[in-house]
Amino acid sequence: MGRKCAAGAVLLLGASLAQARQLGLQAPESPIAQQIYDLHSLIFGICVVVFIAVFSVMFYSIFKHRKSLGAKPATFHENTTVEVIWTIVPFVILVSMAIPATRTVLAMKDTSEAEMTIKVTGYQWKWGYDYLKGEGEGISFYSNLTTPYAQIHNEAPKGPEYLLEVDNPLVVPVGKKIRVLTTANDVIHSFWVGALGFKQDAIPGFVRDTWFLAENPGVYRGQCVELCGKDHGFMPIVIHVMNDGDYKQWVAAKKKEIEASRIDPNKTYTLAELKAQGEKVYQSNCAACHQANGMGVPGAFPALSGSKVTTGPVADQIKLVLNGKPGTAMASFKQLSDIEIAAVVTYERNSWANKTGEVVQAADVKALRGATVALK
Amino acid sequence: MAAVPGTVHDHDHEHAHHPTGIMRWVTTTNHKDIGTLYLWFSFAMFFVGGLLAFGIRAELFQPGLQFWQPEFFNQLTTMHGLIMVFGAIMPAFVGFANWQVPLMIGAPDMAFARMNNWSFWLLPPAAILLITSFFVPGGAPAAGWTLYAPLTVQMGPGMDLIIFAIHIMGASSIMGSINIITTLLNMRAPGMTLMKMPLFCWTWLITAYLLIAVMPVLAGAVTMTLTDRHFGTHFFNAAGGGDPVLFQHIFWFFGHPEVYIMILPAFGIVSEIIPAFARKPLFGYSSMVYATSSIAILSFIVWAHHMFTVGMPAAGQLFFMYATTLIAVPTGVKVFNWLATMWKGSMTFETPMLFSIGFIFVFSMGGFTGLILAIVPVDIQLHDTYYVVAHFHYVLVAGSLFAIFGGAYYWLPKWTGHMYDEKLGKLHFWLTLIFFNLTFFFMHFLGLAGMPRRIPDYSIQFADFNMVASIGAFGFGLTQLIFLWVVLKCIRGGAKAPASPWEGAHGLEWTVPSPAPYHTFETPPVVK
Repeated sequence: MGRKCAAGAVLLLGASLAQARQLGLQAPESPIAQQIYDLHSLIFGICVVVFIAVFSVMFYSIFKHRKSLGAKPATFHENTTVEVIWTIVPFVILVSMAIPATRTVLAMKDTSEAEMTIKVTGYQWKWGYDYLKGEGEGISFYSNLTTPYAQIHNEAPKGPEYLLEVDNPLVVPVGKKIRVLTTANDVIHSFWVGALGFKQDAIPGFVRDTWFLAENPGVYRGQCVELCGKDHGFMPIVIHVMNDGDYKQWVAAKKKEIEASRIDPNKTYTLAELKAQGEKVYQSNCAACHQANGMGVPGAFPALSGSKVTTGPVADQIKLVLNGKPGTAMASFKQLSDIEIAAVVTYERNSWANKTGEVVQAADVKALRGATVALK
Repeated sequence: MAAVPGTVHDHDHEHAHHPTGIMRWVTTTNHKDIGTLYLWFSFAMFFVGGLLAFGIRAELFQPGLQFWQPEFFNQLTTMHGLIMVFGAIMPAFVGFANWQVPLMIGAPDMAFARMNNWSFWLLPPAAILLITSFFVPGGAPAAGWTLYAPLTVQMGPGMDLIIFAIHIMGASSIMGSINIITTLLNMRAPGMTLMKMPLFCWTWLITAYLLIAVMPVLAGAVTMTLTDRHFGTHFFNAAGGGDPVLFQHIFWFFGHPEVYIMILPAFGIVSEIIPAFARKPLFGYSSMVYATSSIAILSFIVWAHHMFTVGMPAAGQLFFMYATTLIAVPTGVKVFNWLATMWKGSMTFETPMLFSIGFIFVFSMGGFTGLILAIVPVDIQLHDTYYVVAHFHYVLVAGSLFAIFGGAYYWLPKWTGHMYDEKLGKLHFWLTLIFFNLTFFFMHFLGLAGMPRRIPDYSIQFADFNMVASIGAFGFGLTQLIFLWVVLKCIRGGAKAPASPWEGAHGLEWTVPSPAPYHTFETPPVVK
């Protein structure tokens, strides 16, 4: 998909067909993707040849052996030689496909000697990235869809990267073997970028691994490919592959950013500060279900505006956010920091129809963490 | 369909005391009546599932969200799959078995006539559960027809309705299978050895064993889902010591044989039609039987090829890849046998033959994409994309459904006593073939280029092919109204069908008058 960037510009000029006509696999950008591409070409080629051979026979027969041409039916109904041949020949063809395929399978499974390890976590409905090993160790962030609501609901023209754009792409250096550990927070997701030749399910409670090595700098895009609920179609994967210098700069900048955003949990914030921060947290984590206007989706996701939860006892709401509600789509959000939860709860209690005026501080959240609750 | 109220009394038989009107159908134990019920039931469900497909393709006509919220879109794809598999395709084949098995082996009826009634009448309650799930809070399940845990745990009460529906349909399938096996093994006419049995009967015998083997497995999987949802078990929850992937193993241990449950009877129907219209005996009868058995046995050791991306060890991936590619051998044998049957025949191309040739041609394309998907590295790129959607519609629609249409046209004269309208039949075939390919062919390209399945909205690069697919789908759906019209017309009247309307057709069913009398073979025929 490296060429997708360039093609994006073409798209803007209205030549959307240039891309729409893509008929094969995406152009490979990693050694494994290249192997898969070649393997597919080989097997597809064999299939086409066999198909044409077999169906030429059928159509010859259809045109020649018809009653309207006076064809008299033969009476044969078996021939051992022919039957043995058409059992053995396909078998031999299959073996010729299986040998190169086996080689690629073993290469894809070999995650040893990776230069970097990144943990990818699937959430309903976003991706979380943690740099576990190698340059950039310790960096951790979430990646959310940035395509505006208006574009999805046909109220604004769609951009060139419609549904394939995120706020924080995964950034990796070029030419390095990167091991990817996948897991999930709630349901099964699947992490896929076709041009880089990997696809690995992210399974809650288990860690699985795969690897890739990007050969050229560029932007590569993919999507979640395991049905994971309502917004399955709205959690893309974007990977920026940078050359070494740029990557080092990115790591330095990211670390600085993380340092700067590290908020003193003991500090007391004002309502306005928390609301502003909380709105961002809400947009990334809550709006997909409860909607930007807090009205939810009737029958599926409850409204927060005017709800008992957001206007009732504050401790219950914090516990709900921390622990989720078992048996429903409301997942636990304990992965958010104390200040983020404090901010989003404050935002929810002081937005839309809710005017409690209450302010929740990080310390309140910290006090409730780990508290066991029985939610009904 | 011969057994429409009113016409049945024309035939002179001594059992005139059976109830009339609706009670006749509720209490019937006649294999022909029950076959008719199954066929109409599946036809109705085919239109319900088709309506859901209209909803899916309307939303995907253009990028952006037009008609549905994503949650409802997921309900549409889930229910389309469940209704088509369990409501349309499977009961249709059971309908064929009910009508044809006793007629083809010279038996007076099915072995367990009352159980036969019960296996059918379990289906309407199941269908009601399936459809009412749309109207309970939270709507129908939206976890895909594969019902993967733990997403199913998040679903509303609609999920429980579906679980019960699956239990009921499973019970129905098992009873139907026991009936078919018992009938085939015990009630064949004197002289009809197993290796003289028509191939349709053979494929159903093997299918029935597959059903008995795997329907309980599915029932187990959905029961575990039920207890995970409501009774605090953790079969599929890692936090409680379970494993979400366990569900997939159990589901596909059912699911792969299920694929053959839906295609083997189709092979049987096509193997009846091709020799009839080629006016030449079926080539390689015994190798057909062995190939069918091999496919059935292999179907138990290939299930994990649906799960190559879950992260199984290399040895697992290789084993399931090798086993899966092996299936190409017996499947190839079948295709070659059909071609050899046509070779040097004296062919005519009435609608049943057209659907059978269409079946071989288009189903083989689905077979080839299946082979491509069996290759692990390629599958890892294509898994859960539109390529897979294209593949299984090529085998399920162009495979099972084309054979069902072919079989219906082939036996309609026997069922109704009238010839169907050949012109309309041919129109139905050609429009079906064209719109089918228009709908599904371009999905291969979408999948290769990277469009995931089960998404309500897509990036703009996929717009053109999706629009074509939607147009094809609308055309395909409307075309099926022609078939409904042909069937109704054929029941109401038309040229009188002789006992054997097809010049090259052999078999016991063609020795009884058309329409087949209410009771046939009360004294068994003798097969030489």
